[in-house]
Amino acid sequence: MSVTKERPVLVERTAPDPVVEPSTRRHAVGDSVFSTIALAAGLTILIALVAVFIFLLTQGARGFTADADVFGPAATDFPTYAGKLLFGTVLAALLAMIIAVPFAISMALFISHYAPRRLAVPVAYVIDILAAVPSVVYGLWGARTLAPASHGLQTWLNNHVGWIPIFGGQVSATGRTILVAALVLAIMVLPITTAICREVFQRTPGLLEEAALGLGATRWEMIKYSVFPHARSGMVAATMLGLGRALGETMAVAMVMSAGPQLTFRLLTSNNPATIASNIAAKYQAEDVRIQVVLIATGLVLLVFTFLVNFVARAIVARSERRF
Amino acid sequence: MKLKRFIVPAVLAASFGLAACGGNAEAGSPATGDATAGASSTTTDPAPADLTGKIAAGGSSAQQVAQQVWRAGFSQQYPKVTITYDPVGSGTGQQNFVTGAYTFAGSDSVMDDATVAKAKSQCSGDPIEFPVYISPIAVAYHLDGVTSLNLDAETTAGIFAGQITRWNDPAIAKLNPGANLPNTEITPVHRSDSSGTTWNFTDYLHRAAPKVWKNTADTDWPSTKGESAEGTSGVVGAAQGGNGTIAYIDESGVRNTKLKVARIKVGPKFVAPSADGAAAALASSKQVSGTASSILTFNLNRTTTDPDEYPIFMASNVIACQAYDDPSTTAIVKAWLAHVISADGQKAAAANAYSAPLPSAIVAKEQAIVDRMG
Repeated sequence: MSVTKERPVLVERTAPDPVVEPSTRRHAVGDSVFSTIALAAGLTILIALVAVFIFLLTQGARGFTADADVFGPAATDFPTYAGKLLFGTVLAALLAMIIAVPFAISMALFISHYAPRRLAVPVAYVIDILAAVPSVVYGLWGARTLAPASHGLQTWLNNHVGWIPIFGGQVSATGRTILVAALVLAIMVLPITTAICREVFQRTPGLLEEAALGLGATRWEMIKYSVFPHARSGMVAATMLGLGRALGETMAVAMVMSAGPQLTFRLLTSNNPATIASNIAAKYQAEDVRIQVVLIATGLVLLVFTFLVNFVARAIVARSERRF
Repeated sequence: MKLKRFIVPAVLAASFGLAACGGNAEAGSPATGDATAGASSTTTDPAPADLTGKIAAGGSSAQQVAQQVWRAGFSQQYPKVTITYDPVGSGTGQQNFVTGAYTFAGSDSVMDDATVAKAKSQCSGDPIEFPVYISPIAVAYHLDGVTSLNLDAETTAGIFAGQITRWNDPAIAKLNPGANLPNTEITPVHRSDSSGTTWNFTDYLHRAAPKVWKNTADTDWPSTKGESAEGTSGVVGAAQGGNGTIAYIDESGVRNTKLKVARIKVGPKFVAPSADGAAAALASSKQVSGTASSILTFNLNRTTTDPDEYPIFMASNVIACQAYDDPSTTAIVKAWLAHVISADGQKAAAANAYSAPLPSAIVAKEQAIVDRMG
């Protein structure tokens, strides 16, 4: 802070430079053009978001009061229907984040602080490439390969730790369970979460790290006491972006999971709770077109929920940062 | 600063969450623009080969492959006509037809009275509705060591209702004397999306085994429980991925897969699904009475006892107007329908979409409806 305050004084002391003068003016024009473009770009995103919100609200409004027979066997009113779907959405996304976040942080640390440069660059590159794989490919892989391949593991879990309720019940013969869907989701959110964690880890001031090491900290202690506190808000942002993707993912979930709107914590059976996005994909072409407004209304529920999750997360970060 | 910290990630995350459902919403919205019967004909009564124009249509996704085949054949005869077909689903197809967004629609389900009334006012006259696409539905299974399986309506309904849960159940063993049935759990797989295949299969179960299957026919599976998968390919994949699975699948989807097809008891015999059997079952179905003369729909014969017929099949319809405001559009649709029900059109669809050619008696009635157009 003190450095920036001193700067104007330094500039004033030096004599006006005839070469610098016109070039600053040219920069002033460039600055205003660029700031206008940047502002317009930023506003476009906000306007698009508001437009989407208005679309969901106006188109979906009738969905909140749809007739009881529209909802099929799952429910007779909108709150129950949307609640069951929201439950599935949150459960799948949470499972995915529980699997993905420790992996993402470990991989980001490996790349930023442990791996030799020769290894770190290609590993980072490969993880970034994961983000470029279309979700429908993940869906195909999950449904056709991972689900049958993991059937043995799921049966083992069911036989040996089936006394834990989440692993109980009749194990699915095809392996297309919420556990596999969460695994696929975890792989899908890994790239973005890893990339952001890696960036913020690398941004830790070298002075802090060196000071920690100089005080006799081991490498892990240095990471624990200088890298993590510095990167905390970035790690939360990375998790939130990953969570956003997991909450909204459609095709992969729709293809992998055998699901319907229902409440169940069992992870290994054929009866899995459908997510909002996958349910929209599955039901939008329904013969009974009245379901469409209901589906749009569930989209609104997802949007509002994603917003709330983000605001809460940011509030938690803001509070924890104040303590430092 | 604080505001920025809140908004930016929220916007980003929300846009991630929305990317997926936004795409779907667009796919379902009706096609508009120049699509609506924008025929640009120069003469009022064009000679057939000179037909020119653009036609927008859509509906049943089951008809998609057949529609492509018909379009290819039609464009050889009438190269200046462009027809588009959006496989948006039967319900949306009907809706877009009655609002005029589609010139004609494909539909797995018969229009209900309210929709017929709307179509009547849109067409300024009785609408046309008749089957153009017949497809047998196979009951396919994947069970190690069992290569042949016989089922009847009650047993099939019991399996899909979850009342028969093991492959060595006495009800199945009785129909398959000598077969070595294992004590494996049965996993029935159903469609998670809305589907005409589901409607026709549940219609069969309800009509042929009403004591076991109490729900009436529905495009959506009547339960949220059980193994489900999206689309024909999804069901095939799920059924192949597990042992002891059984599913109802459009017969074309079972070809070149690991799945085996069950024979269904019809009268004294067990019958495998076939195009001929489905067409014969439609031919023996009773026409729905009391409709306008331009509507030819059937109460599909699910309880046939003639072993030459196969009762689990889909009959998908076309919906159109008898006359349009623009006479050249009428001429195009008339030529199009004539092509679709022609021997060539039906043969091409059978070869490519594995559908069943329409029975000749039904073609004659449909041709009469087409001839009265205009």
